[in-house]
Amino acid sequence: MACHDLNQQLNIPPGVRKIVLAGNPNVGKSVFFNAFTGLYVDVSNFPGTTLEISHARVGNDVVLDTPGVYGVSSFNEEEKVARDVIMEADVVINVVDAVHLERDLFLTQQIIDMGIPMVLALNMIDEAKRQGIKIDVKKMEELLGVPVIPTVAIKNVGLEEVKKAVARARIGNALPELQEMLPLVEKKTRTRAEALLILEGDPFIAARCRMKPLDRQEEIYLARRRRVDAIVAAVVQENPSGASWKTSLSRWMMHPLTGIPLLILTLGILYEFIGVFVAQTVVSITEEGIMQGYYEPFIRTLIGSIIPASSIPGTLLIGEFGLLTMTVTYILGLLLPLVLGFYLSLSALEDSGYLPRIAVLVDRMLMRLGLNGRGIIPIILGFGCVTAATITTRLLGTPRERRIATFLLAMTIPCSAQLAVITSMLSRLGPGYTFLYVFLIAVIFVLTGTILNWILPGKPSDLLIDIPPLRFPRPINVLKKTATRTKNFIQEATPLFAVGALLIGTLQVTGLLETLQNWLSPVTVNWLQLPKETATAFIMGFVRRDFGAAGLYSLALTPAQSVVALVTITIFVPCIASALMIFKERGWREGIIIWPTILILAFLIGGLISQLLI
Amino acid sequence: MTLAEAREGQRFRILLLPNRDIRAQAIRFGISEGEQVTCTAIIPGGPIIVTKNRQEIAIGRGLARKIAVEPIASPSSLKSPVRRHFYGLPRP
Repeated sequence: MACHDLNQQLNIPPGVRKIVLAGNPNVGKSVFFNAFTGLYVDVSNFPGTTLEISHARVGNDVVLDTPGVYGVSSFNEEEKVARDVIMEADVVINVVDAVHLERDLFLTQQIIDMGIPMVLALNMIDEAKRQGIKIDVKKMEELLGVPVIPTVAIKNVGLEEVKKAVARARIGNALPELQEMLPLVEKKTRTRAEALLILEGDPFIAARCRMKPLDRQEEIYLARRRRVDAIVAAVVQENPSGASWKTSLSRWMMHPLTGIPLLILTLGILYEFIGVFVAQTVVSITEEGIMQGYYEPFIRTLIGSIIPASSIPGTLLIGEFGLLTMTVTYILGLLLPLVLGFYLSLSALEDSGYLPRIAVLVDRMLMRLGLNGRGIIPIILGFGCVTAATITTRLLGTPRERRIATFLLAMTIPCSAQLAVITSMLSRLGPGYTFLYVFLIAVIFVLTGTILNWILPGKPSDLLIDIPPLRFPRPINVLKKTATRTKNFIQEATPLFAVGALLIGTLQVTGLLETLQNWLSPVTVNWLQLPKETATAFIMGFVRRDFGAAGLYSLALTPAQSVVALVTITIFVPCIASALMIFKERGWREGIIIWPTILILAFLIGGLISQLLI
Repeated sequence: MTLAEAREGQRFRILLLPNRDIRAQAIRFGISEGEQVTCTAIIPGGPIIVTKNRQEIAIGRGLARKIAVEPIASPSSLKSPVRRHFYGLPRP
């Protein structure tokens, strides 16, 4: 009896061999995947989850990528997906980091114990050599019982050998302890992998096979750990090189006294690059210069000659919020350069190994807001683009943490497009008001997190992360990552924006936009003490956060009114794309709570500040 | 004593890890009960960094308070030959 069927879920025809890439996070699986499959890759949502699985047909095989995991079980979403894909594999190509064999071979041994034929790619062998680590590949092959191929994926070394070795893939040497444990369970399951995971107490696999999970996990894990340590001791020879400047830098990054200035410096550089160079200089060329200067007049004339611009389809296509005008300009002129710049910085940060060190640095502070140190990652990303950052809340361990991070992002983090407008408005008001704005947003951020931590049931989970070595990021790797991510993001975002633009366009055509403006005006005039026209800016803010801020730019406001308006527009509901992303990530039920709550809070807090300031 | 009371540079044997999930995750990173690790950094009020071989692991302060450790003076002997034989490994 088949407990589970992956073929149907991912649309893989029967009879096709499934080659699965598996490995710990950041060992270079994606580089392997790209090298194996070329450009034509399908990225599809893994059924029932928000995680994506890349897969591609290569001849009569299908190659599947999996999320990076430290082991196969069901600690989190990534592991569940990786587990299901690995269990269905005909051959696993296990990519391991030669510098971190103690860590990586745990997964290797587990997959061997699952009884799946495997080829081991011993990646980053050059890095290991540089660090004075010598690995006896032959002995390793003998001890593990599977082909071991040394590779340097980013330099395309050894990839062909790995491809060829797939034919020699073997089931390796399983733990001797399993010999007595497995047979009993194996009778009742379809595969040995299922039997092993049931022994290891995986409740999901047990339920699928209509069995009770067993409690041998610790015993097996400890035996596996001992075997891995013994193998490493037998194959690795090391010339210890003393503490280098990297070790010192690593310490500085994590210690508050030196780490906070380093973090501020890094964020400052990122802001200069994304917020100033890309958001202002580059975008003014792409958005205003190219798109609004050449593309929009061109498309208006072209479409205008067929459909009158003032007609209803004309307004929807080439009007103020037109599908062919605003949507295209926004995506190509503004979003594309911003997202590119942003992913470029992020990929470089990721590859350098700095992110986990930031997580260690801020762990203490974030615990009070209901997040552990890892929560800093989506928050940093939020300053680039809240929509993209919302996706990365997936990496947080518990639903509670994802909830808090999503809420904080939506409510308090201005995205780079919005920041650009906000900075230019604040710079007119002088440093005093700038400080006031930053102070207010910081207070709101801390208060929101603290209150959420207090009202949501449960506690923040403890930090337990692996700290990778510091590396100088490789430009080619960073560029490839950036390209893939940007492509995926644009693909995902474009339909969202089209829908958003159509929605606002329809509101405009039907006259509902004006009705909404009038309906909002009592709130803006009486409670927020702002001019009546601010309502337009708020409605625009739905479409795009910085549209809202830009709408304020042209109004005659006193400095105090500006601060009130800016704080309100910052807290105010995220743009349509990020609102939809919240719905997608957190589900409709939670989205329906988060969205109006933030809307009400924006006006409530904005009004309170207004009563205090004005 | 607990890991939270550790001093930088001190070497320990892990005596007790708090719960099943934490134990399983820690074993994957190479720390299990009975294992020897070195505390290489303490972030004031924050996580404790422990190192085993080249593997660095950050452990949140809350978790560190729940991990029982005993300090050891000198690094212990190598893994026993009996165990190596059991795994079909060559004797050192």
